[in-house]
Amino acid sequence: MNATTTRRVSTRTVLVAGLLVALVLAGVVSLWASASPDGLNRVAGDLGFSGAEQASGAQDGPLAGYEVAGVDSRWSGGLAGVIGCLVVLACTSALMLLRKRSAPRTDGGE
Amino acid sequence: MHVPDGFLDAPTSLATAGVAAAGIAIALRGARREVDDRIAPLAGLVATFVFATQMLNFPVAGGTSGHLMGGALAAVLVGPYTGLLCLTVVLAVQSLLFADGGITALGTNVVLMGVVTVVAGYLAFRGVQLVLPKRLSMVAPAAAIGALVSVVLSAATFVGLYAVGGAVPIPLDTLLTAMVGVHVLIGIGEAVITFLVVASIVAVRPDLVHGARRVLAVRTLETRVAA
Repeated sequence: MNATTTRRVSTRTVLVAGLLVALVLAGVVSLWASASPDGLNRVAGDLGFSGAEQASGAQDGPLAGYEVAGVDSRWSGGLAGVIGCLVVLACTSALMLLRKRSAPRTDGGE
Repeated sequence: MHVPDGFLDAPTSLATAGVAAAGIAIALRGARREVDDRIAPLAGLVATFVFATQMLNFPVAGGTSGHLMGGALAAVLVGPYTGLLCLTVVLAVQSLLFADGGITALGTNVVLMGVVTVVAGYLAFRGVQLVLPKRLSMVAPAAAIGALVSVVLSAATFVGLYAVGGAVPIPLDTLLTAMVGVHVLIGIGEAVITFLVVASIVAVRPDLVHGARRVLAVRTLETRVAA
């Protein structure tokens, strides 16, 4: 009856394809991202409160500003993007694992 | 729209941190109902995708850029509670690792780009879904409208916070006009990206899209009645 059961793309395929897209976006496509100030920074500049900005406490970190310290500037931005993706993936997955474990157990599963 | 340290005074930043913490606590509780074996790995994908896409600033008007916020997208894909947890991870990593968005401003950014975009985006999405025909092809357009609304409301909320604890006195109507004006344009970009991503996943696996579940349920019932 249901057409989706006959030629169904597996969840694993969706996940792997999605992650590959994310890595390519962060690692490669990001090199062509616009360097213009974003909406808030532009408005802050135009209306004269951008001077109130203070340097972040994370400003001296090894990945600050999406640049990897000590890596050639050609590769630095893309590498920072890939590292960021992996860190976000790891943190979110860990959080979801905690969520599931603390949830009441249900029978079965996959 | 990552707010840096210094734009808002300390009491306002503390207050937004409190609101953010309350929002995260509610999301942690609510996510229990959303997170199952299928949603858990998807949440990781959604957070990673939002992080990647936030690096892609697109030009909007005369030397200004914007990027996806992703709250509406995450809420439609994995549900609003799990969506807020995804956005929180992204914003925390950006602030602490990449110095993108201040550290004392992290609460503010979780409120603006997490709580506001997720809640406004999801409510607008559900509202539009109620009006539109209950078809799978309507999920992505509803998500796109939610995305546009979420960005504009987020910008307006920043103006509200600035009115309370802004660093430099600025005429608020000027600030509101400027912020909403540029974020309508950014919101259109957000709507296009959200539409494309939701439509792609609905096309291959609609059952993985949280916001498509009610439509799928209706469709299953109709199939049974017809059979």
